[in-house]
Amino acid sequence: MGILDSKIPSGPLADKWTKHKNDINLVNPANKRNIDVIVVGTGLAGGAAAATLAELGYNVKTFCYQDSPRRAHSIAAQGGINAAKNYQGDGDSNYRLFYDTIKGGDYRSREGNVYRLAEVSGNIIDQCVAQGVPFAREYGGMLDNRSFGGVLVSRTFYAKGQTGQQLLLGAYSAMNRQINRGKIQAYNRHEMMDLVLVDGKARGIIARDLVSGEIERHSAHAVVLATGGYGNVFFLSTNAMGSNVMAAWRAHRKGAFFANPCFTQIHPTCIPVSGDHQSKLTLMSESLRNDGRIWVPKKMEDAIAIREGRLKPTELAEEDRDYYLERRYPAFGNLVPRDVASRAAKERCDAGFGVNKTGEAVFLDFASAIERYGKEKALTSGLKNPDKATITKLGEEVVEAKYGNLFQMYEKIVDQNPYKTPMMIYPAVHYTMGGLWVDYNLQTTIPGCYAAGEANFSDHGANRLGASALMQGLADGYFVLPYTIGDYLSDDIRTGAIPTDSKEFDEAEKQVRDRMEKLMGGSGIHSVDYYHKKLGKIMWNKCGMARNEKELKEAIKEISDLRKDFWENVKIPGSIDSKNQELEKAGRVADFLELGELFAKDALHRNESCGGHFREEYQTEEGEALRDDENFKYVAAWEYKGEPKDAELHKEDLVYENIELKTRSYK
Amino acid sequence: MKLHLKIWRQKDASTPGKIVDYTLDGVEGDMSFLEMLDILNEELVSKGEEPVEFDHDCREGICGTCSLQINGEPHGPDRLVTTCQLHMRKFNDGDTIVIEPFRAKAFPVIKDLIVDRSAFDRIQQAGGYISVNTSGNTIDANTIPINKYDADEAMDAATCIGCGACVAACKNASAMLFTSAKVSQFALLPQGRVEAVERVQNMVRQMDLEGFGNCTNTGACEVECPKGISLTNIARMNREYLSATLKG
Repeated sequence: MGILDSKIPSGPLADKWTKHKNDINLVNPANKRNIDVIVVGTGLAGGAAAATLAELGYNVKTFCYQDSPRRAHSIAAQGGINAAKNYQGDGDSNYRLFYDTIKGGDYRSREGNVYRLAEVSGNIIDQCVAQGVPFAREYGGMLDNRSFGGVLVSRTFYAKGQTGQQLLLGAYSAMNRQINRGKIQAYNRHEMMDLVLVDGKARGIIARDLVSGEIERHSAHAVVLATGGYGNVFFLSTNAMGSNVMAAWRAHRKGAFFANPCFTQIHPTCIPVSGDHQSKLTLMSESLRNDGRIWVPKKMEDAIAIREGRLKPTELAEEDRDYYLERRYPAFGNLVPRDVASRAAKERCDAGFGVNKTGEAVFLDFASAIERYGKEKALTSGLKNPDKATITKLGEEVVEAKYGNLFQMYEKIVDQNPYKTPMMIYPAVHYTMGGLWVDYNLQTTIPGCYAAGEANFSDHGANRLGASALMQGLADGYFVLPYTIGDYLSDDIRTGAIPTDSKEFDEAEKQVRDRMEKLMGGSGIHSVDYYHKKLGKIMWNKCGMARNEKELKEAIKEISDLRKDFWENVKIPGSIDSKNQELEKAGRVADFLELGELFAKDALHRNESCGGHFREEYQTEEGEALRDDENFKYVAAWEYKGEPKDAELHKEDLVYENIELKTRSYK
Repeated sequence: MKLHLKIWRQKDASTPGKIVDYTLDGVEGDMSFLEMLDILNEELVSKGEEPVEFDHDCREGICGTCSLQINGEPHGPDRLVTTCQLHMRKFNDGDTIVIEPFRAKAFPVIKDLIVDRSAFDRIQQAGGYISVNTSGNTIDANTIPINKYDADEAMDAATCIGCGACVAACKNASAMLFTSAKVSQFALLPQGRVEAVERVQNMVRQMDLEGFGNCTNTGACEVECPKGISLTNIARMNREYLSATLKG
């Protein structure tokens, strides 16, 4: 087993969580008042954890770099949240949600964790409805569901195309209630600069007030990192501009193992890159694949004509279109999991069938859905023999009600009307399954340091299914961490407040200052963005949708060289002790430059293809991923040893007692 | 295209600010407004000058972080978009663009184009929630059927992103549209009715304490709101407030 103990409880799968909750230590309500917990990050996981911990009685301090907890990037999640409610009566169950998630993750996640996730999923919906989250409803007043990729049931709850926003505002309102009660102190526009360890335990953080530039010390009995993923290592991603790996990476440098960094999700339906000025990419929700059909032209000459603007996609006859997902995967069609859909788009574009100027786009077409809905609406509206124009009009209204905000967003960005001409989409970096290694209690390898939500590695294996990020964030935050952390904190009821004048805090603060001064001391040739964009290009070209040994080795060398260049030549105007957005960015990019190298190292060592990690050397004759369960059925957890190249690998073997490992097939 | 930019520069909250002129070349129609500012900043950094600081994060119109008063309008000339989704194709070669922070007494400037909108958080903290525990030990989500029209209307109110454009658009710097959106969301749902009286009173009290102005029904907020939050919400809040006051 090595030194990694996942602490999965023994016993039957369905009883593990209940048994664990019964077995762990609790802290009595009076003692909770004497215990402080720091929560870094206020998205779904952090916001939910902070609210629940405060409600239980702990003294909570929250930190976020945004000006308000309501702005965390969870807000941008569009499509929905999964829960095994089986309201549709289509055969859903906790087991099915568990099974779909393990399979969707290509058998690289823990059975125990994933079953727990499925088990609490229904509770999340109950909780959110009680909080006033306005989920979509049917005419009878009951909650509505839609389908997402990689599953054969409808278990996704949604609030138009703004589900993440509504769930985050729910968690934010729960936080606000506790702020109003004085149980949460919220430090907004604050960034965690380092984790402070006392006697090997996480006992606080060094934070920077981003307005005044002041360095602050904050102590606590435990520190929760809910700081999201590291997709911005690619520079261009669907993450927010400020999303970063700093908190997780600082913890990694202090001893928290970083697991499966190369497991990154490239989302198939994003608006394609339009030029070099581009600062970020915009997702078009996976829910669109319920109704949109993905295609490229069958004939090369048509693809070229469309690229050159000589042919409109709407003019191309049905038989000249290649609905390649429906062709390759008849069982799941357009609703195959994200990694499969992304690779299939890349395959067609690499073969020369791309449909925009850069040749890196495919069509997502709503014409059939508009016709289908229009006919249905005409029938239910009592219209007999409606003409084509009426059907189209009615159909467009139905589509607008479902996806109106997404269509509007597309039109604003691309300047084309997606009701009249198919959308153009291309894969983009979206989510990172890898993250800080945590045990069943969500504790990292540093005692007292916990990681929740996208910041940890735990539940999605090598590929996350759509609408599961919101589920995991809220499950961790509302229902898992607040209980498991009590087991650890029960030892701290007599500890008393942690002083911030210890030598450990002195040393940590000094390191933070030294690092910032070193950043400011560069000779000043290139801006922070110059380096970030260069790193992004290396990552996208050599660690992106398809990877191989040669390019990964090149990437490691190039990133290492770029990092050296960065520290010598980055140019940051302004000063340390005032508001300075360039300095903020520099600190984040410095950590991406280390993480990027570890990412490539992890991808290089994993000599198999699984989920979002596709190694060109390991594929079947049809181009499908070739997993190697004999040699790689483990979590790769990396221990920091100075330079990323020296990181030491620890393996947590994955044990499957309830599921038979199979080759994933969506055909 | 080539643009003449007149941008508000202010070192910090206590130093007076002023408009500074910049000329920027090579702007393309496909760029977002913020990407145009990125290019300006890249130029400034390369010259060793301090870049223009502005708030932004998701750049897909949902986080509500970006602001900017562009040629006198919050989020600029386009409708139903935030600044991050405003594209330069809405401008012409040779245009002069005036860029200022959102102006309101309750939104003090932090630096350059960044303002402090924490007053909005405090209004929410005063009552923008339903007081249920987050334990999940509640009734099944489908126990109380909710009329689809009410649910949809609650959702429409709930889509407020808290950007503050309504305040910046209002000649009185009123926060009625923002506050009423939250009051409405809960007023329309059975779960929210339980605390409706206290909620509207507490949130309105906090709104007044923060120094926002009164509503005189000009409707500028609705026009400029990037999410199309309706004035009906203000009417609903007034009704809620009146009935709460009568209940006493």
